[in-house]
Amino acid sequence: MIQRTRVLVAATAALALGLTAACGGGKDDSSSGSSSKAEFNAALDKVFNPSEKKGGTIRLANSGDWDTLDPGETYYGYSWDFLRLYGRSLLTFKASPGAAGNELTPDLAEGLGETNDNGKTWTYKIRKGVKFEDGTEVKAADVKYAVLRSIDKETFPNGPAYFEQFLNLPAGYKGPYKSKDVNTDQAISTPDDSTIVFHLKQAFGGFDYMAALPQTVPVPQAKDTGAKYKEHVISTGPYMFDQNNLGKNFTLKRNPNWDQATDPFRKALPDSFEVSLNVNADDIDNRLLSGDLDIDVVGTGVQPATLGRVVGDPTAKAGTDNASQSRLWYTSIVGTVKPLDNLDCRKAIQYAADRTGYQTAYGGPLAGGDIATTVLPPTIPGYQKFDLYPAGPDNTGDLTKAKEALAACGQPNGFSTNIAYRAERPKEKATAESLQQSLARVGIKLTLKPFPQGDYFSQYAGNPPYVKANNLGLTVNGWGADWNDGFGFLSQIVDSRVIRETGGSSNTSVRDPEIDKMLDAAVSNTDVKAREAQWGAIDKKVMEDAFILPGVYSKALLIRPKKLTNVYVNPAYAMYDYVALGVA
Amino acid sequence: MITYIIRRLLAAVVLLFIVSAAVFAIFYLVPRLVGATPETLATRYVGRAATPETVNLIAHKLGFYDPIWVQYGRWVKGIFFGAEYDYGSGTEHCPAPCFGYSFITRQPVWPDLLDRLPVTLSLAVGAAVLWVFFGVSTGVVSALRRGSLLDRTAMGVSLAGVSLPIFFTGLVGLLVFSYKLGWTAPGGSYTPFTENPADWFYALLLPWIVLAFQFSAQYARLTRAGMLETLGEDYIRTARAKGLPERSVNVQHGLRAALTPLLTIFGLDFGLLLGGAVLTEQVFSLPGLGKYAVDAITNNDLPKVLGVTMMAAAFVVVANLIVDLLYAVVDPRVRIS
Repeated sequence: MIQRTRVLVAATAALALGLTAACGGGKDDSSSGSSSKAEFNAALDKVFNPSEKKGGTIRLANSGDWDTLDPGETYYGYSWDFLRLYGRSLLTFKASPGAAGNELTPDLAEGLGETNDNGKTWTYKIRKGVKFEDGTEVKAADVKYAVLRSIDKETFPNGPAYFEQFLNLPAGYKGPYKSKDVNTDQAISTPDDSTIVFHLKQAFGGFDYMAALPQTVPVPQAKDTGAKYKEHVISTGPYMFDQNNLGKNFTLKRNPNWDQATDPFRKALPDSFEVSLNVNADDIDNRLLSGDLDIDVVGTGVQPATLGRVVGDPTAKAGTDNASQSRLWYTSIVGTVKPLDNLDCRKAIQYAADRTGYQTAYGGPLAGGDIATTVLPPTIPGYQKFDLYPAGPDNTGDLTKAKEALAACGQPNGFSTNIAYRAERPKEKATAESLQQSLARVGIKLTLKPFPQGDYFSQYAGNPPYVKANNLGLTVNGWGADWNDGFGFLSQIVDSRVIRETGGSSNTSVRDPEIDKMLDAAVSNTDVKAREAQWGAIDKKVMEDAFILPGVYSKALLIRPKKLTNVYVNPAYAMYDYVALGVA
Repeated sequence: MITYIIRRLLAAVVLLFIVSAAVFAIFYLVPRLVGATPETLATRYVGRAATPETVNLIAHKLGFYDPIWVQYGRWVKGIFFGAEYDYGSGTEHCPAPCFGYSFITRQPVWPDLLDRLPVTLSLAVGAAVLWVFFGVSTGVVSALRRGSLLDRTAMGVSLAGVSLPIFFTGLVGLLVFSYKLGWTAPGGSYTPFTENPADWFYALLLPWIVLAFQFSAQYARLTRAGMLETLGEDYIRTARAKGLPERSVNVQHGLRAALTPLLTIFGLDFGLLLGGAVLTEQVFSLPGLGKYAVDAITNNDLPKVLGVTMMAAAFVVVANLIVDLLYAVVDPRVRIS
């Protein structure tokens, strides 16, 4: 690999670095490689570079650390996408571009969940012949154990909490490590080796989405090492861990005990995967553009420094995809802070806000996304297009309507309040500044209040007593769905019962008992179409209450891998589908 | 001499205690003073959907309900006697020196530090060799050819070196030499020396050069200034009058005297670098102590921050002690007592 002559030449050449740097960085590298038909958004809703060729290694990099490789605790979309290479949950999302990618499909289970009591009990049949990497056949008990261990929040504090919320667990149950020998059949029963039944406390029509969580990836109890299990996760997918240097890198190789016949959708084309962690984000972009790296695994798009280079170069832009992210950037309007307890005062903010300014603050249409008028993004089933507070033909605000609303709320000359944002996020600062300017046009004076992002929800913007005491009328915010469904998107940001007086809630403003009731009704509905209509109705009610000022439906500009095949954006993860990729 | 070293080492231990107490206070005392509770502190270390019960569990597990001196005492005890850690399905003993477990990754900190140290050490030593060699020699040549084109060019380039930040020269270096020309390794390709010395050298070459470029610029300017000052001294004229060869006058009398202030700065620079060349490691994605520290601070991961701070402080103290001892060697007027 090493070429000594190159090293010697490099030593000499690099000494002239300062001179070269002073002369500028030169043009972008946008060599097109084998993707001669590349065009902007070529992999957005269709497969780019289709191929059945096997072999090769896919190289990925992450600008941070992996949250955890343990399926019981991981809570990032990129990790859920990648995890399907080494783990099989009961259900998963279809490996498909376009709207089909949002549909659930059986993976470890033979079919979707079955319920005969309107969503309180859900039964799944485990597929025959699926094995762990050591050759042991997967049984229903392994799935049950995996779900129960994930409930131990002292060991896995960062994972999703849906199972502990919905399962009918014995009182005081703390997971299999601490509550040993406790009969948990009232929550999950396994009448035979291939049947698993989930018993819920309340009906939940969308339970299939929970069955698609990585927490249902089976874990063999004998091999479980608690918080250390992430050091060697026992694979059920087509790949298993070869090396795993936590915090630095890991590699996957083929799992000899994975059987294509048991797997309805994985092609397992490459021989291996190499993942580097904690890699400089700008360097990742440079390597992607040069073809030295295949995928930025986090999938949140290019860095600001790269954006200008890509957008300004048609060839480079043709090698990118602008993916919708099922994420909303928004500002909470806090009804516990006067005078925003008055609906008309909240409406005045909705009308006066400059929507185009909000979009610009997030980087414009490509890097930021589309102007939002609803809480649900268009990628979530149940989304209905509406705009209760039209902002004029140029989307810069309707000042006449804003002044009428101010007069109706008894503040004709406007009022003063504070706006909170995360100090480390320049886009949120730009948002706060944009709102400060646009609302000032009708006399609403905003004072900017930056807070550290690590404590933003726990101590400041998500801490109700602090918010009230410090007059934080507006808090800049953002939310991405746990899964593309109304419950996955709305439950944590519009349900007033998740607000905690001690702080830490993502819902910083929506307090309406009517909305809580609507959520409960939708959650228990097993009719998918009817349920989706209910999510849309909840969205409209939140907007009628004017508790949320929608900003941008988030989009990300992804650099398409130059040397890979079967590249497409899976909408369920809002990034490239890692199980479909092959090497050209 | 021995008494002097023991005295300095004891002072170093006291200093390390003060540093650790200060870091502890910054992380725990200051937030408490502005209203943070054990629960709000624990919220940093749970997922976004955590229930209040989970937050309480974690606050208990991390010991946030205990008084701050109890928490600090527990941390100090772990260093000397080790600690027990519950990882869910069992308990493991973390042997002394146990700097605790990361609040985020739940991995023990001390093995992490030992794992990262060779990366930083490799970077710092390699760069130091380059910058001392090129910096001092450029400074000497500039001083001896004062006012010449060579002097002006060298000082101009060194001015650029001091002015250009590493996150600029590093990224440009990677773009040009790694991705366009393919001469040097891309970022994030560090290989341990014990695994493959050639790959190790290849991966570190550009980081060494970029880091040394900045430091050698400073050293060139310092050496030049020191040499010019020294060469104007009376004893240099005397040395020349005695008929000593010019080479001996410049090196043995001129350079040796100019080295003393350089040595002081080198001790500080090298000690700080061993604690982590933050920017260089960040730009080149080198898994060293600097990157470790940045990630730890970003994530409010106190055990990691404390561990890396202790290690960095220890390196600075030891490097300065060595420099103080070297004074006696370089400058005959200095007597250690």
